[in-house]
Amino acid sequence: MTDLNKLTIAAARDALRKGEVTSAELTEACLGAVEGAGALNAFVHDTSDLARDQAKAADERIKGGDAPAMCGIPLGIKDLFCTKGVVSQAASGILEGFKPEYESTVTQNLFDAGAVMLGKLNMDEFAMGSSNETSVYGNAVNPWKAGGQELTPGGSSGGSASAVAADLCLAATGTDTGGSIRQPAAFTGITGIKPTYGRCSRWGIVAFASSLDQAGPMTKDVRDAAIMLEAMCGHDPKDSTSADIPVPDFEAMLTGDIKGKVIGIPQEYRMDGMPEEIEKLWADGTAMLKDAGAEIRDISLPHTKYALPAYYVIAPAEASSNLARYDGVRYGHRAKLEQGDGISEMYEKTRAEGFGHEVQRRVMVGTYVLSAGFYDAYYNRARKVRTLIKRDFEQVFDQGIDAILTPATPSPAFGLGEMAEADPVQMYLNDVFTVTVNLAGLPGISVPAGLDKQGLPLGLQLIGRPWEEGDLLNTAYALEQAAGFVAKPEKWW
Amino acid sequence: MSIDKETAAKVAKLARIRVEDDALPALAEEFNNILGFIEQLSEVDVEGVEPMTSVTPMRLKRREDRVTEGGMPEKVLSNAPDAREGFFAVPKVVE
Repeated sequence: MTDLNKLTIAAARDALRKGEVTSAELTEACLGAVEGAGALNAFVHDTSDLARDQAKAADERIKGGDAPAMCGIPLGIKDLFCTKGVVSQAASGILEGFKPEYESTVTQNLFDAGAVMLGKLNMDEFAMGSSNETSVYGNAVNPWKAGGQELTPGGSSGGSASAVAADLCLAATGTDTGGSIRQPAAFTGITGIKPTYGRCSRWGIVAFASSLDQAGPMTKDVRDAAIMLEAMCGHDPKDSTSADIPVPDFEAMLTGDIKGKVIGIPQEYRMDGMPEEIEKLWADGTAMLKDAGAEIRDISLPHTKYALPAYYVIAPAEASSNLARYDGVRYGHRAKLEQGDGISEMYEKTRAEGFGHEVQRRVMVGTYVLSAGFYDAYYNRARKVRTLIKRDFEQVFDQGIDAILTPATPSPAFGLGEMAEADPVQMYLNDVFTVTVNLAGLPGISVPAGLDKQGLPLGLQLIGRPWEEGDLLNTAYALEQAAGFVAKPEKWW
Repeated sequence: MSIDKETAAKVAKLARIRVEDDALPALAEEFNNILGFIEQLSEVDVEGVEPMTSVTPMRLKRREDRVTEGGMPEKVLSNAPDAREGFFAVPKVVE
């Protein structure tokens, strides 16, 4: 077999079980691809020794005959996941050199299933960003190019998206607070699912906005997303918001049959100034689902417009609270102090040196909206609007809608540095189609569905009912089959 | 509602982030941009709407109140920038 790094999880699993390939061979192929892809800056911490040990153990287990689907599969892990004894920095200077003494539940679940960790992946600092340009490690780069220009892989899971799209690993973990799995997946032509809030344990994932954060897989196709998601989820007593409900066999639910399913098309997602190509992709996707036997219905989600402003109150508020722990005392960076400096100077200097600009800005915005006199006007009002956004979805689901189809992003991948001079709100607009899903706690998946005129991938998003990831994945599978997206970036790195 | 330099300085202080004086006007302007965007929320009729406390309608699990793990001071301190004699060390906080 050649190009083992290009395999899907499903193909690799089948080949491993038949004894046609070993995990050691898969792992070497991926490590070789990673080594040759420095220009993408996707992998930022090397764990090749650990990977080789894990692959060896996986091969033993596969020989034993009862290995789970993820056994022996080489993955990249987003730097937001705490991995025992391996540097975990959330792409921030303030966690310089931090080596957790514990393993996040999601990575532990994957390792228990026999998965192999190739290394840690680049991301926006503390998952705050939509372009992977706020990382202490520097920009991750999209393997897709347009007219010779280097493009963003999206963010915050930019390294994950770049690594999967460039076949440096078979799949990667991501996390999604406002769109951080789905937007980079769309920008790089891969699949990414954010499950229902509570499906994946948040324990050991560096916290950004705890009421919105969810982990999920970023994969080469929908089947792989089903396989890997199942391995990541499950109840965890260490996360009080983790759902104690059974995890179904998601892959077994991929029949491709969506006859009689009702797909909602929300009118509020038709934005002014939306590029024609996105509009057309959305119409094409609608037609594909209709051809596959689904009923298409126009729906209204009237509070959509207020999702982004509500998010930019709630997420910074939670971040300002979560990031209060970075004080230079227990881990990471501490500023050098001058004679006479006390503990306040230590906090202030440490946080000024350790946090990047975007993180500082969001922490301070969060501090402001939570401060005396503004708490009601901003934070409480945003939480009320969040209730209304969730109610919009509940009402359409009550009317019999099974899934909602929208564009994943308002544009294809843009150039690195292109937004440097724009005001921060312009960057925030990247999440306009994805952020509602986090606010309502719903599952959402981004599926590559076409190319724009420059040859860059575009994604469609499907939003499902809570806890019905299996049904959502099946609709995504039907869309994937109809769209037939097979394009890959031309190798330049 | 407009944020001036003094308010920006106060917010930075509350957030325990050192911001130099000459950076405050630009910071205040950024806050104003973001708050201008957030201001749209005031258009929404939220009369009688409960603020969301939990996105999934689930009662948090209860557990017995007992020690589940502990007794690992070396591990707790292993990442500290300054740890001495089993404690985190910080600059003097009382005169």
